[in-house]
Amino acid sequence: MNPREIVKIQNMSKQFPMAGAFFTALADIDLSFRAGEFTGIVGPSGSGKTTLLNIIGSLDVPSRGSAIVLEHSISDLSHKRAAQLRNRHLGFIFQTYNLFPVYTVYENVEFPLLLLKMPAAARKQAVQEAIAWVGLSDKTDSKPPQLSGGECQRVAIARAMVKRPELVLADEPTANLDAKNSHNILQTMEALNREIGTTFIFATHDDKVINYLRRKITLNDGRVVKDEIASGTAGKKAKS
Amino acid sequence: MIRFLVKGLLRDRSRLLFPIIIVTIGVLLTVFLHAWIGSLMSDIIRSSAAFSTGHVRILTKAYAENEDQIPNDLALLDVSEQLQRLQRAFPEMNWACRIRFGGLLDIADESGETQAQGPTFGMAVDLLADNRAAEMGRLNIATAVVRGHLPTRSGEILISDEFASRLGIEPGDQATFLGSTMHGSMTMGNFTIAGTLRFGVPPMDKAALIMDVADAQMLLDMHDAAGEILGYFPHAIYDHSRAAAIAAAFNEPYSHSQDEFDPVMLTLKQQNGLGDYIDMAEGFAGILVTVFIIAMSIVLWNAGLLGGLRRYGEIGVRLAIGEYKGHIYRSMIAESMVIGLVGSIIGTAVGSALVYYIQVHGIDFSSMFENSGLMMNMQVRTRVTAQTFYLGFIPGLFATVLGTMLAGIGIYRRKTAQLFKEFEG
Ligand SMILES: Nc1ncnc2c1ncn2[C@@H]1O[C@H](COP(=O)(O)OP(=O)(O)O)[C@@H](O)[C@H]1O
Ligand SMILES: [Mg+2]
Repeated sequence: MNPREIVKIQNMSKQFPMAGAFFTALADIDLSFRAGEFTGIVGPSGSGKTTLLNIIGSLDVPSRGSAIVLEHSISDLSHKRAAQLRNRHLGFIFQTYNLFPVYTVYENVEFPLLLLKMPAAARKQAVQEAIAWVGLSDKTDSKPPQLSGGECQRVAIARAMVKRPELVLADEPTANLDAKNSHNILQTMEALNREIGTTFIFATHDDKVINYLRRKITLNDGRVVKDEIASGTAGKKAKS
Repeated sequence: MIRFLVKGLLRDRSRLLFPIIIVTIGVLLTVFLHAWIGSLMSDIIRSSAAFSTGHVRILTKAYAENEDQIPNDLALLDVSEQLQRLQRAFPEMNWACRIRFGGLLDIADESGETQAQGPTFGMAVDLLADNRAAEMGRLNIATAVVRGHLPTRSGEILISDEFASRLGIEPGDQATFLGSTMHGSMTMGNFTIAGTLRFGVPPMDKAALIMDVADAQMLLDMHDAAGEILGYFPHAIYDHSRAAAIAAAFNEPYSHSQDEFDPVMLTLKQQNGLGDYIDMAEGFAGILVTVFIIAMSIVLWNAGLLGGLRRYGEIGVRLAIGEYKGHIYRSMIAESMVIGLVGSIIGTAVGSALVYYIQVHGIDFSSMFENSGLMMNMQVRTRVTAQTFYLGFIPGLFATVLGTMLAGIGIYRRKTAQLFKEFEG
């Protein structure tokens, strides 16, 4: 039996108004993602990866066609319903970490649960668990400026994972990291994918990331030019 | 969640401390400027009230018409009775008789020949009567003494220090006043110079003479008469609507009479073109303060705007994590209200404290000019008024919050994804 389909994109295009005309960032996309995937959207800069992730993440809407994410049609969501979808079911990881600088690691990770109004005891447990997943239990009281880039990205992973979302969207998560830290966070995400079953969709043009992927979708000029199964075994190779 | 936001606010200096400092400074400047302009105007009003116009002033209709000739033949009569009546009718006011007069001051040598002589301008005020403290206080006479002392008994006068030097006399010396009585006959009297004064007003410093009212009445044959009766509000604060009401009540019984010896009461604003001056000064001060408040508002508004714009990235993340736009917007506005309120309160508190300090102690420019003991106020004084306490909140609170509100509209207008681009870019 195939796992549940969590994202279905049909005949979807995205255009941006530009100097009186329109610029087509995505054209005629048909894609489907199933629960438990560890998939990357690859392609050169400007090929539309971020735009696609933003639409899947309900941060943006399609111009044409449809994108259904966890039974929600992105085009038809109100601001409020989109916020609820993100809050309950989606996690985001960004190239620039986007942590709140004045809050501690613990507080950064706690924030999504405060929005969910989770009771204090359950919240504490979930936060500590998420911080343990990324191996930062000894840094709970540090603030982002005191952490290295790799550590910051691990905090961002914990923040995305703390509510155990079905789907995590990671836009160029390794672009600001060295090789060692890149492998480190990819292994962390791979483990979470395996152990909790969280679906990961990456946007990347980093070969290190590509080596971990189990499915690779290649975009060029806003079109899907390739959608292939990948080995996804780099984690083991890198360790040896 | 609120605790979480408050924690962030308290820790983020760029979000709390700096905006508060900016708001505080803006509010402080507004409060101070307003109080200072207000006090510049009230200084002019105060000295004019003290020296010539009173807050209200009673004279005969005829005297009022020929004021510049100082026509003491048209003076008020039966003034002690008039004073009693006024005191009864308007007990909150202080009433004082004054007589202005001109003449010659003559200094004789040992043999009785004239040694020096000069025209003098006399002002009779209560130097010895019960009312002396009020009169000498408002005229600053005690601090204006340069040499000698204040008169302590009948027959002692004060003259301007410059005049005394010109005549070559000193405290303790004798001088003879030559002039005319209110009935037009010649009069002369011998007086002792008790002390000399510096007024700070050139015409008075040239040749002024100050004498007790009772002495002047004797000298000028003005038995129970006085050129004018001045009325003053408590604390030297002119209240025009009250003054107008008092004048209307006082003048009412004489309104249909043609008798030119009837008394008439004039308010401060009705004299010496002071009304026009006050209106103009108030208008000018109003414009200045308004312009300043607008300028301060624009500064603080921009601070609010910038604070909001700088945070689009943070807002983008909060949106991505699933916070509602309305929630973020409200929390931003609540933050700016806290900042505006705290800044306005601190700014107003520090500003009014400063204003009050200067109100009490003054910034004394007289020492700078080496003119100690001026009779005119060379001190800058500010005054705390009711407006002091709320004016600063216009730029402090309203502009700050308005700026944030406008910046926050961007949250709604922009696509969520766009907020990130601005953060990453
Ligand atoms: N808000 C926007 N307005 C106009 N053009 C945009 C906007 N967002 C993205 N684009 C354009 O769409 C194209 C794809 O962008 P993006 O999805 O960011 O590419 P990638 O992430 O693959 O580098 C780029 O040419 C970019 O300039
Ligand atoms: Mg991109």
